[in-house]
Amino acid sequence: MPENTLKKDKPTVEEPAVAVAEAGPAPDKPRSLAADAWADLCRKPLFLLSGLLILFLLLVSAFPGLFSSTDPTAGDLSKHFLTKPELSHVFQPDWFGYDNQGRSIYARVVYGTRVSILVGVGVTVLVTVVGGLMGMLAGYFGGIWDTLLSRITDVFFGIPFILGAMVVLNAFTERTVWTVIGALAFLGWTAIARVMRGAVITARHADYVLAAKALGAGTSRILFRHILPNAIAPVIVVATIQLGVYIVAESTLSYLGLGLGTNEVSWGGDIDTASDHIRNAPHILFFPAGMLSITVLAFIMLGDAVREALDPKLR
Amino acid sequence: MTTIDKTAGLPEPRSGRDGGTPLLEVRDLHVEFHTRDGVAKAVNGVNYTVDAGETLAVLGESGSGKSVTAQAIMGILDMPPGKIPQGEILFRGEDMLAMSNEERRKIRGQKIAMIFQDALSALNPVLSVGYQLGEMFRVHQGLSKKQAKAKAVELMERVRIPAAKERVNDYPHQFSGGMRQRIMIAMALALDPDLIIADEPTTALDVTVQAQVMDLLAELQQEFNMGLILITHDLGVVADVADKIAVMYAGRIVETAPVHELYKRPAHPYTRGLLDSIPRLDQKGQELYAIKGLPPNLTRIPTGCAFNPRCPKAEDICRTETPVLHQVTEQGGGEIAGRGSACHFWKETIHG
Amino acid sequence: MGRYVARRLLQMIPVFIGTTLLIFLMVNVLPGDPVAALWGDKPPDPAQMAIIRKDLGLDLPLWQQYLNYLGGLLQGDFGTTIAGNRPVLDQMTDAFPVSIRLGLMAFTFELVLGLFFGVLAGVKRGKVIDTGVTVFTLMVISIPVFVLGLVSQQVFGTQLGWVSPNVKDSMDMAQLVLPAIVLGSLSLAYVARLTRTSIAENARADYMRTAVAKGLPQRRIVSMHLLRNSLIPVVTYLGTDIGALMAGAVVTEGIFNVQGVGQLLFEALARREGSIIVGIVTVFVLIYLLANLLVDLLYAVLDPRIRYA
Repeated sequence: MPENTLKKDKPTVEEPAVAVAEAGPAPDKPRSLAADAWADLCRKPLFLLSGLLILFLLLVSAFPGLFSSTDPTAGDLSKHFLTKPELSHVFQPDWFGYDNQGRSIYARVVYGTRVSILVGVGVTVLVTVVGGLMGMLAGYFGGIWDTLLSRITDVFFGIPFILGAMVVLNAFTERTVWTVIGALAFLGWTAIARVMRGAVITARHADYVLAAKALGAGTSRILFRHILPNAIAPVIVVATIQLGVYIVAESTLSYLGLGLGTNEVSWGGDIDTASDHIRNAPHILFFPAGMLSITVLAFIMLGDAVREALDPKLR
Repeated sequence: MTTIDKTAGLPEPRSGRDGGTPLLEVRDLHVEFHTRDGVAKAVNGVNYTVDAGETLAVLGESGSGKSVTAQAIMGILDMPPGKIPQGEILFRGEDMLAMSNEERRKIRGQKIAMIFQDALSALNPVLSVGYQLGEMFRVHQGLSKKQAKAKAVELMERVRIPAAKERVNDYPHQFSGGMRQRIMIAMALALDPDLIIADEPTTALDVTVQAQVMDLLAELQQEFNMGLILITHDLGVVADVADKIAVMYAGRIVETAPVHELYKRPAHPYTRGLLDSIPRLDQKGQELYAIKGLPPNLTRIPTGCAFNPRCPKAEDICRTETPVLHQVTEQGGGEIAGRGSACHFWKETIHG
Repeated sequence: MGRYVARRLLQMIPVFIGTTLLIFLMVNVLPGDPVAALWGDKPPDPAQMAIIRKDLGLDLPLWQQYLNYLGGLLQGDFGTTIAGNRPVLDQMTDAFPVSIRLGLMAFTFELVLGLFFGVLAGVKRGKVIDTGVTVFTLMVISIPVFVLGLVSQQVFGTQLGWVSPNVKDSMDMAQLVLPAIVLGSLSLAYVARLTRTSIAENARADYMRTAVAKGLPQRRIVSMHLLRNSLIPVVTYLGTDIGALMAGAVVTEGIFNVQGVGQLLFEALARREGSIIVGIVTVFVLIYLLANLLVDLLYAVLDPRIRYA
């Protein structure tokens, strides 16, 4: 096919194909949405800050031994919890003081990171896969599939998240991280499914999907090459923000005594212990609660930054 | 036909010029946008005038600065990122850029009104059209809710919306595209302004409806002797209604001319390119002419004449020296009224 | 409109049945024996256990138990407790008014202050007040509710003595103020953020530019043209949040010793009183479904583009 001059420069002075907004001219090289979003993210202090924080938390949860040489479960009753934290003893066992069983709070905060990160990431991965698949099937195939899957989603969505998790976890006497992840994912997949369904329905009617169909692309090709890349952005945003929610959920459940067993190190459990001594020894509460809040904050900020980068409307 | 009461402060009579002052005069206007990719110079020294009863068509591609100029006149530029570093906008001889916000607000809608391109998004989706029309009277003339609604019905009748009384409480999405644009026009006409700026008023409409809306606009303009600035990229629309044309490129006016003069013999290679790229029946089967290249990036406008990289006639001087708007003359040297061309080789273009 | 409401109510039935079935299964299929729990730590007597099971219909197949339960529910019978054989409904009518009152107080708090902060930040975008609201909401969101509850109980109750740290009379509105603020704080932050984003998004809409071009005063532009469009997504959020608030009350009540649904649920969980658990969640689901219907109707009032036939 010869070079089509008609297409390149329209006969009447119409809007050029690349929408050059009068206010902001387009850069010379066209960037893909993902590349554009990434470039956008790297300029955002919010993203850099939260990203670094999350990398650090991942490192701590993967190698807690690097940060604390003390056993977080080893109690030494000679170390009383009324002993004030030695804030100058950086990285030492007594940096943050001791809890009511004489265990190093610093060590417990370090080792507790693992549970929170594991639950947050684990549940997010599970719900994204399960919910994403459900939403994609309902959105793409429509009809009876949509009705059925949407009703199932409604049923699960109707049960309050924490309440449902409490009921499920209450049935297990031996609760591990995996029990908690399973329970939260069992009830949490609906948020992703709804977002994915909506995004897929929007993408399904887009002209480029009709074009792909007209060119004879198969179902799986259309789904994974054309629809998924265009529907994934809102899912990523929701998943990132939900990650923080799952971390809070785990700590809440552990605080209520329905999360991890007492022999596991979890910030929520430690806050529960601390709540009895909050009057005399607020530091027992302060450090795990502070770490928990910082972790949640990091994921919320990451979610915000990602949303701003992926949503062209907010540009 | 009912006419809307004139606002007390309105000068009468509205002749072509009151003592030589044009209705609107834009002098050396500059607008820039400070963006992440640098400073985009959207408007770089635009001059034009509009008199009462006169229609000025501003022609150009998107990015040429035609809409930005209009927004600057209207005072609806987003500032920041927009900035007006230089220039004057004189309305009846008074510089609007020097006025207070409140003074400008009173001019907007009352003296200068604007018609937008896409009426569906330009009208508020959650308010009835009657409310949106009546709002003009309630705010600027202090009318009651009931009086304003009656006025709104009158307005809708004036722009020939059938069954105006029944439809006054309908919402924008319940009207067809052409009817919505009529409502947009009615809103602009509401307070009987001196000047209307229409920013691509028919671009979003079907071709058949385009003509109806343009005719209505032209008719109402004549009837009320308003000045009209018609912003468009469609050469076909311009020919019928405009008195004079200003062609813009990269934030500058490159050619001005009375409308028929321009079509007959353009004095700028860009205008010529535009005219040549209109499909014509008598040239069926031949390859259509197209101006090569793309409009310039406004953060990096080429030196010299901004059009030089795309110009078939460009020579060395075009790359170094920015051409001023030359007065265009006949071959014999006689001045042609209202004609100007910002091209070093305007003579060759018009006469060669 | 009436037909739409009727259709929506009909559509709720399968969801309601599905949800009660799900929670029924969660309580009964998962390990743990409520009858054995009657004996506490002592070894249970198998013969007595069988008698109790038969009395309560717990020896029937699960599907039959569920149908019996659903049948009872339709007549307003939420079943009886295993321990003490008391009607579940009685216990719930004691607890729910407290929680609903707490929830409504929290809802009012989140609605009024959330909208106020959100509008303030949205209109003054990029100004100091906007940054302030953004930082405040981020902080509130990242501090889990139970931590906030523990800290505010300590600070305002024990140390400053402004309120009593534990609620003594759960029907006294004044004593419920602090728990309600704690309960509503997270949603308040979300409402403020959502309102702010929505306003920021709508401020760029074409019709806002039209409003300016019409020469309207700033006040009118914000109140008439910006707010109404911006509130639509906020209303949706508020609707789904009513359910979340009721569930959140469970945690907050525990901290402040409010004798509401939370306490009832904890006792039921500890004793594995399935019928109470199912009953509580069923009521929550009902509240959630009705709130959603209300939101959809409100939606049509706010946005004329939505028509219900």
